[in-house]
Amino acid sequence: MAKPKLEKHHINNDWCKGCGICVALCPKKVLELDDHEKVSALRPQDCICCKLCELRCPDLAIEVETKE
Amino acid sequence: MALKAYLRERFFPHLWCPGCGHGTVLNGLLQAIEKMGLSRNEIVMVSGIGCSSRITGYVDFHTLHTIHGRALAFATGVKMARPELNLIVPMGDGDALAIGGNHFIHAARRNIDITAIVMNNRIYGMTGGQFSPLSGEDVRATTAPYLTIDPGFDVVELSKAAGATFVARTTTFHIKQMADIIQQAILHEGFSVVEIFSQCPTYFGRKNKAGDAVDMIAYYKENTTPIGSKAKKENPNLIERGIFVQNEKPEYCNQYEQLVQKAMKGR
Ligand SMILES: Cc1ncc(C[n+]2csc(CCOP(=O)(O)OP(=O)(O)O)c2C)c(N)n1
Ligand code: SF4
Ligand code: SF4
Ligand code: SF4
Repeated sequence: MAKPKLEKHHINNDWCKGCGICVALCPKKVLELDDHEKVSALRPQDCICCKLCELRCPDLAIEVETKE
Repeated sequence: MALKAYLRERFFPHLWCPGCGHGTVLNGLLQAIEKMGLSRNEIVMVSGIGCSSRITGYVDFHTLHTIHGRALAFATGVKMARPELNLIVPMGDGDALAIGGNHFIHAARRNIDITAIVMNNRIYGMTGGQFSPLSGEDVRATTAPYLTIDPGFDVVELSKAAGATFVARTTTFHIKQMADIIQQAILHEGFSVVEIFSQCPTYFGRKNKAGDAVDMIAYYKENTTPIGSKAKKENPNLIERGIFVQNEKPEYCNQYEQLVQKAMKGR
């Protein structure tokens, strides 16, 4: 199976509450909170598509879209 | 997101506080259900009252939002009437084991095929931070300004002793394990208990200076270990997680059906 490649981080700004869980627990430090306490993918090139951010988000506010 | 098919999106963003573990339990539960390919109509979710119990409002299954501590009693009724459906009962620690403790032990004793999920934040979130039977000693709460003196229940030992045939524990940090355990619990025929440590940064966290949601999740990582690990032998204070019990015993609705057949014989 080929490694999945990142297509895009989809962030739902209306649902994200800026808890910082995805930011702190991303193994590659891809994510940051912006001035409005919403998450954004600052270093997408480092993303390994583990999807831990998506799986742990308490607000179902982040999705990692990948392609094979 | 595939999970959205199971959500009542019109109620989002949900009401839980930023970083509340209950949202991650919702996420993990839906991952399990999606992986199993269950349809929305095959699931009945029953809850009582509490922050945790609000989960039924957010999922597009058959749902009942009932009264504090009584979710298992309502779920027992539904299961007896429609044994082919999958019953899932998420509860807070107070809901499950303070006011609901009696229903809990008797559901376990009967081994009725229900999946009980204890969303354990060691506090009453909804009512403002009173301590619960799962707080344990030396916890600060609205009702314990000088720290608690009550020992807590061990959900795993209690469930085992009461007769549950599937007993497991995990945390909101261990999300893949959570989804996997919930899946196995739903598949298990009999009473299944899944205890999930779920942070309440707003009350437990603030009162106990446990930091924010991120710190509380990190605590789960550092203070738990797989069942029987080497780390546990070296540090007995670590809390074990994984599946503790998984065995076969006659299931209540099956037993009841056999009784009905016997009584109907010749008629
Ligand atoms: C019969 C009854 N008694 C008390 C209450 C008040 N009450 C509502 S939620 C709750 C406890 C909530 O704590 P828990 O079950 O641990 O869930 P959490 O909010 O922490 O998720 C209490 C005591 C009630 N609603 N009904
Ligand atoms: S975990 Fe979810 S809610 Fe929290 S900051 Fe990340 S995207 Fe936002
Ligand atoms: S998929 Fe993994 S590496 Fe990529 S942003 Fe999410 S947590 Fe970080
Ligand atoms: S009070 Fe605690 S349990 Fe309730 S929503 Fe807020 S963080 Fe969650």
